[in-house]
Amino acid sequence: MADKNIPMREALRMALREEMIRDESVFVMGEEVGAWQGTHRVTRGFLQEFGEKRVRDTPISEMAIAGAAVGAAMAGLRPVAEIMTINFAFLSLDAIINHAAKIHYMFNGQFKVPLVIRAASGWGDQATATHSHTPEPIFAHFPGLYVGCPATPRDAKGMLKASIRDDNPVLFTESIALYPKPGPVPEDEDFLLPIGKGDIKREGKHVTLVTYARGVEWSLQAAEQLAKEGVECEVVDLRWLRPLDTDLIFESFKKTNRAVVVEESLPHYSFGSEIAAQIQENMFDYMDAPVKRVSAMDVPLPYAKEIELMALPNAQKVVDAVREIL
Amino acid sequence: MAEIDNATLLEWYRQMFLIRQFENQCDVLYKEKKITGVYMHLYSGHEATGVGAVAALRPSDHVITAYRDHGIALARGVDPKPLMAEMMGKRTGVSGGKGGSMHLASREHNFWGGYAIVGGHLPLAAGIALECRYNNTDNVVLCFVGDGATNNGYFHEAVNLSAVWDLPVVWLIENNGYGMGTPVDVASGQTELHKRAVAYNIKDMGRVDGQNVIDVYNVTKKAVDYARKKGPALIESMTYRYKGHGVSDRSYDKLAELAEWQQKDPILVLQRYLCQKDECIEEELKPIERKVMAEVAEAVEFAENSPVPAYEDLISNVYVEG
Repeated sequence: MADKNIPMREALRMALREEMIRDESVFVMGEEVGAWQGTHRVTRGFLQEFGEKRVRDTPISEMAIAGAAVGAAMAGLRPVAEIMTINFAFLSLDAIINHAAKIHYMFNGQFKVPLVIRAASGWGDQATATHSHTPEPIFAHFPGLYVGCPATPRDAKGMLKASIRDDNPVLFTESIALYPKPGPVPEDEDFLLPIGKGDIKREGKHVTLVTYARGVEWSLQAAEQLAKEGVECEVVDLRWLRPLDTDLIFESFKKTNRAVVVEESLPHYSFGSEIAAQIQENMFDYMDAPVKRVSAMDVPLPYAKEIELMALPNAQKVVDAVREIL
Repeated sequence: MAEIDNATLLEWYRQMFLIRQFENQCDVLYKEKKITGVYMHLYSGHEATGVGAVAALRPSDHVITAYRDHGIALARGVDPKPLMAEMMGKRTGVSGGKGGSMHLASREHNFWGGYAIVGGHLPLAAGIALECRYNNTDNVVLCFVGDGATNNGYFHEAVNLSAVWDLPVVWLIENNGYGMGTPVDVASGQTELHKRAVAYNIKDMGRVDGQNVIDVYNVTKKAVDYARKKGPALIESMTYRYKGHGVSDRSYDKLAELAEWQQKDPILVLQRYLCQKDECIEEELKPIERKVMAEVAEAVEFAENSPVPAYEDLISNVYVEG
């Protein structure tokens, strides 16, 4: 079957639609998913196609959206709950962390929670301090939950479908900045990407760039620029913050002996901290330089464009970090 | 309302007596340090509410509650042995010794668990009820709610969601007068908690005497029938906790209040009613009580002789495998 060149939002829509056609127990719920056609248009046309039973508009009630989705999943349905943006998921933290992630363990396997919580994520576009979070590492802190963060339309389709078919709860974040970006997507209705498996997005031998989601784009741009100077970067897209594909990181690191972690999130207690710790604990004998971290600056995001952009990571910051450890 | 036959009343008596004995035993075992941990909230005093309400359900209906959950599990028919084993953190416990007193559950009894975050189980109840509607099963969910939970956001969001989605949930507020140590009139602007139903335009079943198992049964039966056919209903059951908020409370100094409530003890109330109705029935109560005491003693023995969980239990069921 041929690939189709479509934006990430359409790839997500394709994945969700295929899974809803495939399995009657899959349904979507969330704010504006139905009549409004989805805030980010991922559920466009769903209400018309699947009806009110399976496309459920909710009140603005993030605690209840996440909590009711947990209950429905325990009872045997396969909810795909949309939290409009990840910023609002702070209101759902208890239901996600104390219930979705713990119920299977706490009751010793009596209940399963086959749930996907989708949320748009990301900094930029002057959304300001409360609407600009990329807090995926916070969620990845907790065992019992999977956390997926696709970087391309193809990955978005395969990862979302795998998440819906899995019997564990998954927090699935989608970078707002990546929604409109196109890429080739397999039309195969059984195209699945395994949970917890990362992907080499570019091969190289001098430095490993460990990243995910929007960081992949900055890393690829940086690798392109550095290649002109004869520096070959390997771009490791982890795809999942949990389970973490540490094997893929270590394999690449054994080859390059140097790493830069690239993330959109904040620097303290972060993805970068975790990867740096994993490398120094497991790869000490292979290390030729300290692990560098490129992340957002440690400030709340301001409104004014000029200073907002200063706080964000970009390809040039990745290039600079690589040069520091060569 | 049809009159309830003696066999049913005696079964309710047995269940209430079982809960009381089980809880008394837990209290003793806690003092003996055979049950450990910081959290254990006894159901003593609440028996009529749990037994009467659960009796109004079919086996295919669903029950969910907060952390004062021992009595609900017993009323639902869960074997006291694995319940007592869970108290002692044993591998044979209902939750494998991983949940403890506040996290009892039994999937086969459609008892969806005790939950320890105040209000956290309310949206779960809504979600389970959604499955009933989704698959047209005509089952209902009975969700026990402490009076303290009516003031957190979960209550508002979950009850409102049940209203806008017409979910088959009976919200049963167990009003025992206190949220931990704070009296209802300190915590709630509207102290008649059943009136919250008005705010969501759901069926207000009013207040019921939570010490009278027959009254609780009757009102819950009506609410369950309503929920099955139409949508959510809300009941407020007035009751009292005999052993304070939890076993680790430093003191429980409301002795006058406790004595007053014990005048209308739920087990005593049913006993009086039965004996008034039928003088001979008193004869039948003693053997029931003896049998229950033996059953609880057996549960303790089972729990004490059970193995503790091991490393493989520590790391199992974090995720669903395969």
